[in-house]
Amino acid sequence: MTDNTPVTEDELHAFVDGELPQDRRAAVEAWLAGHPEDAALVAAWRTQKEMIRARYGAVAEEPMPERLKLDRLTRNGRRWKSIAAAAAIGAFLIGGIAGWMAHGASAAAPQPADLFIEQALNAHRLYINEVRHPIEVRANEDHLLPWLSRRIGTPLRAPDLSQFGLSLLGGRLLPCVSGNAAALFMYETGTGERFTLYVSRLKEPQSSLRYSDGGSFAAVRWVEGEIGYALSGPADKTRLKTLARAAYEQMENRPAPSSGRSSSEQVLSKGKS
Amino acid sequence: MTSFRQDIETNVPALRRYARALARNADTADDLVQETLVRALRSEHLFHGGDMRSWLFTILTNLNRNRLRSLARRPNLVPLTDHDAPDASGPEAGGRDIERALALLVEEQRTALLLVVLEGLSYREVAEVQSVPIGTVMSRLARARAQIKAYLDGERPALRRIK
Repeated sequence: MTDNTPVTEDELHAFVDGELPQDRRAAVEAWLAGHPEDAALVAAWRTQKEMIRARYGAVAEEPMPERLKLDRLTRNGRRWKSIAAAAAIGAFLIGGIAGWMAHGASAAAPQPADLFIEQALNAHRLYINEVRHPIEVRANEDHLLPWLSRRIGTPLRAPDLSQFGLSLLGGRLLPCVSGNAAALFMYETGTGERFTLYVSRLKEPQSSLRYSDGGSFAAVRWVEGEIGYALSGPADKTRLKTLARAAYEQMENRPAPSSGRSSSEQVLSKGKS
Repeated sequence: MTSFRQDIETNVPALRRYARALARNADTADDLVQETLVRALRSEHLFHGGDMRSWLFTILTNLNRNRLRSLARRPNLVPLTDHDAPDASGPEAGGRDIERALALLVEEQRTALLLVVLEGLSYREVAEVQSVPIGTVMSRLARARAQIKAYLDGERPALRRIK
């Protein structure tokens, strides 16, 4: 039995794409027999489909390049770790040289805030590509925040960015400028995009959100109570600023370390470890 | 564990095909596929046994959108004109024509059309990949097809409608 209600353009598309319900197929076919313009449209769409398939279909049969073989990609993952280690050593050396140069020529010394953002972006770049060890301590381990708070010397919390689809993977401890320790929190979206929040002591005046572009990655930094924060991720200014603002507001509204801790908030009170 | 990898592996040829049609340039396309695979491999914990193919297409689609955004910030690197008229004849003519016609589409229309006609995803799957309602997928598809038809019928890129 056929339904004879008039055919819509959506149905014509669905007809071409095999998405039309069985009970409307006969109606569409009858419609096309009586409406040559629509029939021509359908024919044109089918030709487009054939052209696209003819042009690109064979790509799937091409020999697989080495760099797309999974074994090779996981091997590279392991090699990355040694590159990361080498780069970390390089960062120490550069930091050392910068410090030494600053000693002699204070005029040319890089600003702590610039060094801070550079360290944050370096850390972001190094660790987001880690397959096996992007973090040292997982988010669900109780000692993550006490440990990092103790090393940074201030009660830390990892902002909850789940409303933006970001879940906290965990964190790690890193060196920062002038011998300070830094905490790196890593977040991930459902499609594997990674964002990091880098936190360290920074003797700089309070500052609002500032965007720094580092090529394919960018960071938004701010300073609050001599603690510097840098949120890094894919270079998308609007998105990073939105995330940074949310993180900033959560930090600002944090309850005093000893006050009540709600279970939904990842707040830390000193001494719990 | 092994089957997660195998599931990824069986999708690589389709990912390459889709990426090639999206990016046109073979190296750029394989870069996109490689980055997709790297992300998928490190994100096993994020994959909760849904449809592997849709998940991989989603990752690649997002990467491509980010790529186009960062290109847009450096407009000098993008060949803005592809001003040749459709080819009149020759064995390659059809392939080049469709390639240019696709290049004129806005990214989300090209993505929707390729996922449907080249990769055979259902409207529902495309809606998931693009995180939009099915109705939006359908209107993207309709606009893509109308624009390609206009191009192939001999209208020039100057007539591209920007909404």
